[in-house]
Amino acid sequence: MNAPSGESPQQLVDHLFRHEAGKMIAVLTRIFGIHNLELVEDTVQETFLKALQAWKYHQVPDNPSGWLMQVARNKTIDLIRRRQKLSDISEELAFRLQSDTEHTIQQFFLDTEIADSQLRMIFTCCHPALNPEDQVALTLKTVSGFGVQEIAKALVSNETAIQKRLYRAKEYIKKHSIRFEIPVGLSLQDRLDSVYTVLYLLFNEGYNSVKADELIRYDLCAEAMRLCKLLEEHRVGSVPPTFALLSLMCFQASRFNSRIGDDNTIILLQQQDRSKWDQGLIRLGYYYLNRSSSGDQLSVYHIESAIAAEHCLAPDFESTNWSSLLRLYDCLLERKPIPVVQLNRAILLAQLQDLPAAIDAILDIPGIEELLKRHYIFSAVLGDLYGKAGNTDEARRHLQKAHELTTSLAEKKLLREKLDRIDKI
Amino acid sequence: MKDFMFIFRGPTPEDLKLTPEESQASMQKWFEWIGELSAKGRYVGGDPLLKEGKLVQGKKPVATDGPFAEGKELLGGYFIIKAESLEEATELAFGFPDFEMQGSVEVREVMKIPMPS
Repeated sequence: MNAPSGESPQQLVDHLFRHEAGKMIAVLTRIFGIHNLELVEDTVQETFLKALQAWKYHQVPDNPSGWLMQVARNKTIDLIRRRQKLSDISEELAFRLQSDTEHTIQQFFLDTEIADSQLRMIFTCCHPALNPEDQVALTLKTVSGFGVQEIAKALVSNETAIQKRLYRAKEYIKKHSIRFEIPVGLSLQDRLDSVYTVLYLLFNEGYNSVKADELIRYDLCAEAMRLCKLLEEHRVGSVPPTFALLSLMCFQASRFNSRIGDDNTIILLQQQDRSKWDQGLIRLGYYYLNRSSSGDQLSVYHIESAIAAEHCLAPDFESTNWSSLLRLYDCLLERKPIPVVQLNRAILLAQLQDLPAAIDAILDIPGIEELLKRHYIFSAVLGDLYGKAGNTDEARRHLQKAHELTTSLAEKKLLREKLDRIDKI
Repeated sequence: MKDFMFIFRGPTPEDLKLTPEESQASMQKWFEWIGELSAKGRYVGGDPLLKEGKLVQGKKPVATDGPFAEGKELLGGYFIIKAESLEEATELAFGFPDFEMQGSVEVREVMKIPMPS
């Protein structure tokens, strides 16, 4: 019954439990097998319960994560002992088997092995056979230690839908005996690619989703970066595309706080207060971009990071190097010929004062008629360009369509302002 | 100053099924409450109680297994604190972090038997 010493309240590192949950789940999965994920999750839950009770009333131990790991390890050894009751062998053999097992389990809890287990978990959750939305949900649950409700909030979904995705992913893994391993040889490249895709998705979900609340979006971006860092620190992930993806995330994250105004409106790149950009993250972005330049692999992340870097380089919007950006977009388009990239390239043409070419470039996007009817961003940009080109009728028509399509209040407000300006002409 | 006991009841952490982040947030609130009580020189100590236990009762006493109460009535732990009066102690009990999680605090003064002079 000792009182905590000191007068100021004790404090834990932010998200300590989440991060430790990810570690413990990974280590225990390596011991019990991926088919026992429920057992693993229950054991981790029990570990936290113990910490919750002990720490609440008494002192937080000096090394909280070491404490948690030790409790998890003891619980694991207990469980294994109970399951390993063999009656047909001598006491001596049973004893030896037991101590071998315990020795092996101890090894799994070494730091380097923990990192290894976490990588295995990332590769398993991002297995290319799972569909993308299940990959994201499973990664958040088992690697990042998010609860179902938190995942639902982060992905702007509901708990039932998330439960369903998790169930589907776990069943698939069991049924198809997907191995809990770090891929080697030729398959490593493909498997890394699918990890990148999931991390990229996770980051963008946090960065771009206008519906989720700001706090959880920030968490998502930070989590994507943390996982990318885990990958980067491990020998198999320490390769140029990982550095490129991490640098891209750093550049984007540096603008996180300047892109939403006080009244929750979106602030476009053009109007952002560049003094609010996080210089520390920008420096980190350059550091990883440099590291990504070795070798002969050029991934989409290299190009996207170079694009983001170009924006960070410009002291103000007007001095952006548009022609350099255009070259980068041409490169990106070769690898990623998708409408959004084509749209962004068209915006660059407009910045380079070639409005007719910009408008044509948009109208040339395959399937543009459908896109204009379904996705507000195409109508919004096209309307904007028509406005700049002085074609007020077309401008009004497309901006109105965009206003009708978007569900985001912030976007609606922005579009309304543009429409009002046109009406004044 | 007199000694008081805070007796905490509520669902067990097992029943609450908190996520790691929620567990941490809940713990942080307790740290702050205890910190506040300590800063005022009111906190003496406390302990949690494990869920498992036995109940012994009857004229011919027999031991039975817990739990001894349903859900939110379960005894989860206690504090000993110092306060000038029952009123002050009660006021301090309002800082209890788990009201939202169906928890409750019973405030009782520890009786001191005066030495006969």
